[in-house]
Order: sequence, then C-alpha cells, then structure tokens
Amino acid sequence: MTDFFLFVRDHADKLLEQTLTHIGLTFLSLLVALLIGVPLGILIARRQRLAGGVLGVAGVLQTVPSVALLGFLIPVLGIGVGPALVALFLYALLPIIRNTYVGITEVSPSVKEAARGLGMTPNQVLTRVEFPLALPVIFAGIRTATVINVGVATLAAYVAAGGLGEFIFSGIALSNVSMMLAGAIPAALLAVGFDFGLARLQQLSGRKLRVGALTFVVMVPFISAFYLLPGRQDKLIAGFAHEFYGRADGYPGLQKTYGLQLQPRLIDQNLMYEAIHREQVDIISGYSTDGRIKAFDLLVLDDNRHAFPPYAAAPVIRKVTLNRYPDLELTLNKLAGKLTDSVMTALNYRVDYQKESPEKVAREFLNQAGLHKQGVHSTGLKPGAGKSSERTETVVVGTKVFTEQYILAEVYRQLIEGQTDLRVVTKTGLGGTQICFDALRTGTIDFYPEYTGTGLLVILQPPAKTLQKLPMQTDSVYQFVQQQFRARYQMDWLKPLGFNNSYCLMMRREQAQQLGIRSIEDLVRYLGIN
Amino acid sequence: MIEITDLTKQFAGHTAVDGVSLHVGQGETLVLLGTSGCGKTTTLKMINRLIEPTSGSIRVDGIDVRQQFGPEFRRRIGYVIQDGGLFPHYTVAEAIATVPKLLGWEADAILERTRELMAKLQLPETILSRYPGELSGGQRQRIGLARALAAKPPVVLMDEPFGALDPFTRRHVRRELFGLNELRETTVVLVTHDVNEALELADRIALMDKGRIIQIGPPDDLLNQPATDFVREFLDDKPHRLHD
Repeated sequence: MTDFFLFVRDHADKLLEQTLTHIGLTFLSLLVALLIGVPLGILIARRQRLAGGVLGVAGVLQTVPSVALLGFLIPVLGIGVGPALVALFLYALLPIIRNTYVGITEVSPSVKEAARGLGMTPNQVLTRVEFPLALPVIFAGIRTATVINVGVATLAAYVAAGGLGEFIFSGIALSNVSMMLAGAIPAALLAVGFDFGLARLQQLSGRKLRVGALTFVVMVPFISAFYLLPGRQDKLIAGFAHEFYGRADGYPGLQKTYGLQLQPRLIDQNLMYEAIHREQVDIISGYSTDGRIKAFDLLVLDDNRHAFPPYAAAPVIRKVTLNRYPDLELTLNKLAGKLTDSVMTALNYRVDYQKESPEKVAREFLNQAGLHKQGVHSTGLKPGAGKSSERTETVVVGTKVFTEQYILAEVYRQLIEGQTDLRVVTKTGLGGTQICFDALRTGTIDFYPEYTGTGLLVILQPPAKTLQKLPMQTDSVYQFVQQQFRARYQMDWLKPLGFNNSYCLMMRREQAQQLGIRSIEDLVRYLGIN
Repeated sequence: MIEITDLTKQFAGHTAVDGVSLHVGQGETLVLLGTSGCGKTTTLKMINRLIEPTSGSIRVDGIDVRQQFGPEFRRRIGYVIQDGGLFPHYTVAEAIATVPKLLGWEADAILERTRELMAKLQLPETILSRYPGELSGGQRQRIGLARALAAKPPVVLMDEPFGALDPFTRRHVRRELFGLNELRETTVVLVTHDVNEALELADRIALMDKGRIIQIGPPDDLLNQPATDFVREFLDDKPHRLHD
C-alpha cells in the first residue's frame, strides 16, 4: 500500500494530466453523442417507422465489444483521438437515442393532444411539453452514457489517445500493481462520482431539474476542453508500447544512456507498426527481428552505446541431453552465426506477411545454408534411412508462442532429423519465458531457443550491483548467462544463432534517410537542434 | 357560429363520421351524444382541426377552418378534455397563462385575467403555484376549464370534460361551471355519452350512431318525439332490473 502512495506522489502531475484527459475524452464524446443522439431520438419519436431501424443499429453497435470496435476503427481512422472518440461516441449513442425516444413517446397522449388543442405548433409541443416531460428519462440516458464512457475511455490508451488507461495497461505490461491501481482507482472513482452526481441531479423535480440539466449541458463543452489543452509536441512523434515505456531496459535506459527526451504516446504494441506506417508517429519501439520491419520498410536505429541489453538467440539445452546424445551439440552448432538479423527478419516476414508455413520457410533456409540432410550420407547410412519408424531416440524442442520461435523449432527439427537418427518432437505452445524454462528444468523438453537478455533479466535476475558491472555487450552477456546456467541449472547455452532480437527504435526508412538519421545518437542530435 | 356541412371522415377504409351536417348558434350549447365509437369525438376534433376531414366543410364565424393556420386558429377556440389534460410540469398559474402567452399577452394582463378566473371558479389563489399532481380531481377540472377560457375564446369545445370525476363531484362541478356567466355567453360544443349530462346542459342535443346524426333538437323534442326506437331507448336512461 505504501508503494501505491509513493507511486501516486511521484506521478501526481502525470496522474492529474491523465485524469483530466480521461474526463475530457469522456465528455467530448458525450457532447457529440448528445448533439447527434437527442435530435435523432426526437426524429424517430416523430417518425415511428424509422425507430426500429435506428434503435436496432445503435443497439448492435452497443453490443460490439470495445476492443473489437477499436479493431474496426483503426484501419479507417488510424490511431490516436479519432478511433477513441468515435468508439466512445458510438457507445454513448444508444442510451441517449433510446431514452430520448422513450421519454418523448411515453408522454401521455392526452397531454400531447391538449397541447395541440390549445394551439401549440408542433415545435412548441416539442419544446414546451414533450421535451421537458421527457427530460428525466433523457437524463437517465445521459447518466448511463457517461458511466459507460468513463469505463470504455480506459481503452483509449490502446490507441495512443491517453487517459487513465495508460497507467492500467502499463501496469499490466510491467506487472506493476501500484501503477495499475493508480489508473484503476481514479477511473473507478470517476465512474462512481459521475453516477452519483448525475443521479442526484436526476432526482430533482420540475424546474430544478430543467435548470440543473441545462447547467450540465452547458458545462459539457467546457469539460470537454480538458482534452483539447495543447501539449508540447516533439519534432518527431514517438509511439511506444506500454511495456517499453516502463521497463528499466526500455525507454528509461535510453534516457539514461543517450539523454533522449521525448513525449511519447503510448500504444498497444501490435498497433505501433500500423501507426508508423500511416505516419501518425515517426519513431516506434519494437524488436529488431520483427517481420514488420521488412513489411513496412522501417529502419532500425543503431544502438552503439548499448542502451538496450543484447538479446542474442541461442539454444539452451539440458546437460543430461548433451551427455546422452553427444552429436547433438555439433549438429546444433552448425547453425551458429547463420541466422543474422536480416535473415531472421526475412524469415519472420515470410511467415507473418506472406503466410508461408514455418515448415517450408525452415526447409528453404536450410537448403540455402547447405545444411539439409548432409549428415545422412556422412554417417554412411543407406538412402531411405532416417525414416521416423527407424528412429528410436527422441529429443523434445520447446518454443514460446510467437512466429520467430515457431520457425526456429522447424529449423531445429529438420536439421536434427536430417543430420542424425534422432526423432524430434516439437512443443510449440509454451506460453512465455517462465513456462519454457520450467519445462526445460523438469525435463519436459530437452532444449529451446532463448535470448541472452531474457536469460539475464527474467531468469537469473542478478542483483543491481552485478548488473552495473556487467558490460551490456553481446559477448559479455552471453558468457555471463552461459556460466551461470551451467553452474546453477546444469544447462548449457550453445553457440548463438547470430541474430539479436533486442529492443530497438525504428523509423520509416525514407524519413530517416531524409533527416540523415541512422543511429540513436543521430536522433538525439536531430531532436536537440531547434 | 359553427356551420358544418356534409362532414365525412374515413380512417383506413372505416367511416367514422358519415355526412354530418349541423349548425351551432352564437352562445348556444350543443351536446354531441352517443355511444363510444359513434363518431362524436371525431366530429368535435374536426371542428378545431386536430383531425382533418376527408370531405365536407366547417365554418366558424363564417370562415372555412381549412383556410386558417391550425395552431393559430386553435388558440381562438377553447379546448377542454377529460381530467383537464393539464401538463404535469406546469403550475396552475402557468397552465392558465398558456394560451394568453401563445397569443403574446402582456404579463400584467395575464395576471389580471388569472385572478379573475380564479375568483369566478372559486379557487384559492394559494394553489397558483401548485402542480396538477397536487390538486384534487375537481380542482384539475376547474383549472382545465380556466385554461380553456383564459383567452376569452368565442367557442369552447369539450370532450367528455367530466368523465374522470365520480358521479357526485361531476354533478356538482358541472352545475357550478355551467352557472358561470362567462360560459353562458360562449358557444359550446360538448361531447358526452352521459344522457343526464346532455339533458341538463344542452340547448340542443345531436344524438349520433355509427357516424351519423340520428336526431338533433332540444332535449324535450328528443324525449317527447323520438325519431326512432334507438333514440327512445338511448334516452330511456332509467335503471332496469334484468328479467323483470
């Protein structure tokens, strides 16, 4: 609990800013929903034939899950305020249209007839009789819409529109409970507070309600203005994943090493690539072998001061397995250095974007590298040997759940079965690092491809002192994890595959070339020039 | 004052009012009497154009109602419905001021007229700031009438005005209201299915059935010289025991 209060105290500025953004976002969308929903509700109360259709469409929109709705909107509107506002607006629409419609149609027919009978024009009947009488019902709709929007507005953080969701999603990405609560508690309080306040307003009778409602409606644009307060804008706009923004080896590391100062927008990591492709942001965080680098023609900025720890990939294998199959080490080490960054990126690209199977991509890679089935002849076996029926011994390779690891699993399987008599079973569904590592330790799998940085920071988690002394270079980290894994877990890191799937910053290649930016140092220099 | 000629109204193939012709003289009270669904209310609502006729003509004060703008025309015709038809969100004072305001009267004139009506209807001024929900049925009915009379219309249309009151209150309110000088000088068309009410209030009764007028004339004529068996039976309102 003290952690939480410390966090709130340290981030009070940001918290206030995000709360205001959150309120602004909620009310801006509410304003638009009022401007469109109330007239639409009145229209369908007048022309009942339209009511079924309009309410049906608004009802369907309401049932679309919020994340899915953002999914529909992003291809059309990109990221940022656009999709967030439109999603919030669509959610606010149904309660407002429906309650306006119901409120007006439920005004007693004899009252409406009396109003006409006294000589009111249709507009006078609406403004003097129907609307005031429908007001409590309409207001109930506004209240519902406000509360829904406070909740849904947390999702704005997915698409770089800010709000309290930034704390929540960053907190989840970093397993930082204080951060999560710093977003979740104010969001919950806002919802409860608005609900309570509007409920009080709704209970007022007659004239007081009309005055109160009018005051509220007049205030909405002003509250919305919170969102429009101009913020500082960088020359280049950065969009970072929540995890990258918060992790010590992510953005904070860059700040420390390069003195980089940005006002990054936080976006869901899968949307960043779309955002930079559409030029809504200019710099994004990511992983250096992501297939999307090739797909969207991005340039990975050089990190010559090694702010990002190296994430060199290498197979981690049990000592027991190595002792039982001494050939295996030789075979696996044949891949050493063969998979460079660009090769791995290209393989990822082919699977992710060209929808080729990992099996095919792996086979073609091995053929090109001259590693396919070579060993069959060298061991002197007859052609046709190496059929699985004749293989009696089995090794199990595990992977985490993402494309790169699936490809590597296929490469290993084809390589080993091509070069030895071993049978290979792949277990490709092993969630994250911890699950893979546990499977390896218990012997469920014999080896899996791991990254040195992950081995260091997630599995070994050395004390801060040790980390400070350790140079963040590919070789030194590799040697450190290899030595530690041997000593502690009786596991060995075989030779690195060659690529380094580390954090990186990237820009659109075209823009980077125009600005003459090739490295993070160049970027810092460019941002420093006014 | 009101001249109706060959008035017909059809709703989706069903004829609600079928060739009705009648006239109502200045200051006269005409009662449209009949069973539910006989077309009397439809006839009434066509007079102030709440319902547009299919064919036929209506003249009020010599002018065809169709030549006038509906809402403006209705402001000059009083209209009273069951239970007053008061707006739940208007106070008594606002209710009485409704039509004068629509007509653009000065605030002073409205206030003076309100006081005058309250006095005539024997209502305490303390209820001026009350909402209809806080009034008794009889008070609501009186306010409904005050609202209709506020702008001194030459013609008042009433649709079952006492329908929501219990028989005792109904008789009482009815006598009191129709005793007002103000109403005696006004041309009134009143719709009811209550024979006693018709006999008591009407200068003339038009008895309707299936969209047509069966007989029209002073109450005595209908009682003494019923044109058909239907008229005789309808007016024979004495209670009968079953099987005697």
